[in-house]
Amino acid sequence: MSLSHDQIRRIARLARIAIAPGEADALAARLNRVLALVEELRAVDTAGIEPMAHALEVVQRLRPDEATEPDRHELYQSVAPAVQDGLYLVPKVIE
Amino acid sequence: MAWEVVVGIETHAQLATKSKMFSGASTAFGAAPNTQAAAVDIALPGVLPVANRAAIELAIRFGLAVKGAINRRSIFARKNYFYPDLPKGYQISQYESPIVRGGEIRFTLNDAERVVRLTRAHLEEDAGKSLHEDFHGMTGIDLNRAGTPLLEIVSEPELRGAKEAVAYARALHALVMWIGICDGNMQEGSFRCDANVSVKKTDEKGLGTRCEIKNLNSFRFMEQAIEFEAKRQVELLEDGGQVEQETRLYDPERGETRSMRTKEDAQDYRYFPDPDLLPLVVPEQLLSEILQGLPELPDVRRERFVREYALTVYDAGLLTASRAAADYFEALVKAAGVEPKLCANWQTGELSAVLNREEQDIATCPVSPQMLAGILRRISDGTISGKAAKQVFEVMWKLGGSADEIIERDGLRQVSDAGAIEKLVDEVLAANARLAADYRSGKEKAFNALVGQVMKASRGKANPVQAAEALRRKLG
Repeated sequence: MSLSHDQIRRIARLARIAIAPGEADALAARLNRVLALVEELRAVDTAGIEPMAHALEVVQRLRPDEATEPDRHELYQSVAPAVQDGLYLVPKVIE
Repeated sequence: MAWEVVVGIETHAQLATKSKMFSGASTAFGAAPNTQAAAVDIALPGVLPVANRAAIELAIRFGLAVKGAINRRSIFARKNYFYPDLPKGYQISQYESPIVRGGEIRFTLNDAERVVRLTRAHLEEDAGKSLHEDFHGMTGIDLNRAGTPLLEIVSEPELRGAKEAVAYARALHALVMWIGICDGNMQEGSFRCDANVSVKKTDEKGLGTRCEIKNLNSFRFMEQAIEFEAKRQVELLEDGGQVEQETRLYDPERGETRSMRTKEDAQDYRYFPDPDLLPLVVPEQLLSEILQGLPELPDVRRERFVREYALTVYDAGLLTASRAAADYFEALVKAAGVEPKLCANWQTGELSAVLNREEQDIATCPVSPQMLAGILRRISDGTISGKAAKQVFEVMWKLGGSADEIIERDGLRQVSDAGAIEKLVDEVLAANARLAADYRSGKEKAFNALVGQVMKASRGKANPVQAAEALRRKLG
């Protein structure tokens, strides 16, 4: 399996990564090497083996339902580029 | 060949927890912007999510109530997309192994029982809120809602038409409140529905291409939106066109749906297991504890009301519309010790009319079941007429007090003294010899007119049954 230029561009767009037109070739070659490794792994017979969702053989710890977090919005917003009336401001996202 | 409308509903029910799905920030509604957004919610680097036990228990509670299968081992996954009110760039959700698989919702539509199967219900976190107005061309972001626990409940596409879809959504809404997993407040966004709508010819086996309608924040809008969308699709197909799979937004002001995004730019969410969260394992012990804590469910209670109190399916349905209503009814029957049918008539009639008029909920009704029971006992033993009972009820609603106090104070007791009624009847017969003669010559109508005269002479206080008996005796 190898990735086409279209697929590379699509993956980049989904990840919001800008790639220059000349970069696609080099990226495709490198990503295809990763996929080749995956192909090797796929050759292993995994019939009857339950897929793992996590590398650790432990399960989720749960926390009690208590509101414990204080209001720290001023501290958090001190590093935000733009703030108004307690809101974070971002470039307009609607038509 | 007729067209058939096929609907599947996806519902986001906000789980009734005090804190968020993965952080200890409060979920209280209406706080000042960003004051309830912790480091985990705003996705500061280096933070780790820890799942809320109550959210998981509430999801299981739902799964057991709808007779779904609880996945003993379920996995949190990342759903990847970019939007400013989603600070992490992904939403934590469940994909391959949701906490609840299958299940069913039972409801009645036009007195017939319907059962709709659920596909799944999974846990996820809510996103923040974007405010697009008044920020000098910028968008304002409030992350208070980010990370709020949601249960996404997905029905199979087997609802036929707008009415059935709405009946399902109402039943689901009543159920989540009944079992206490969601406050059901649609204005505050605690219960939100999207509808997947497609149309097909009745004899077609497969389903047509569907459109997903968003922004259905009331049952009325849901019905309007599905009806509009089905009509749009049928017209498109009849004109030789094709339905495109897309997301559409319902605009309640114009009463129409319009395209939001089509399949071409549809999202590719690239789900994968969240490495920050370990598999969620539900121990047997917890399952049985939650099962034991479940209340009697609405459909079971409805059937019991029909059986135990000899009510119609319709009345039983009204009385089990909410747990508060059903509790009120049973307290009323117990306190009154009169015919359950009389209790049902009063609760679904006078009480419900006044609750509507005063925009009040039965849970906060100023007339308690014990107070109303006092009125019903006096109707039942003939102390007051049905009409006077309504007067007592109005006074009780406004000023409180017991039925007996109000009846005495306002002189509403009906005249049941045989001697007094006989005297009234004699007077009426003397003054209405013509009517009496008419009745004797076979005109049944004249009898009712005579009863009316007796009632009038008593200023409405004569016991009508006794008055009629006395009249018949004297005329016979």
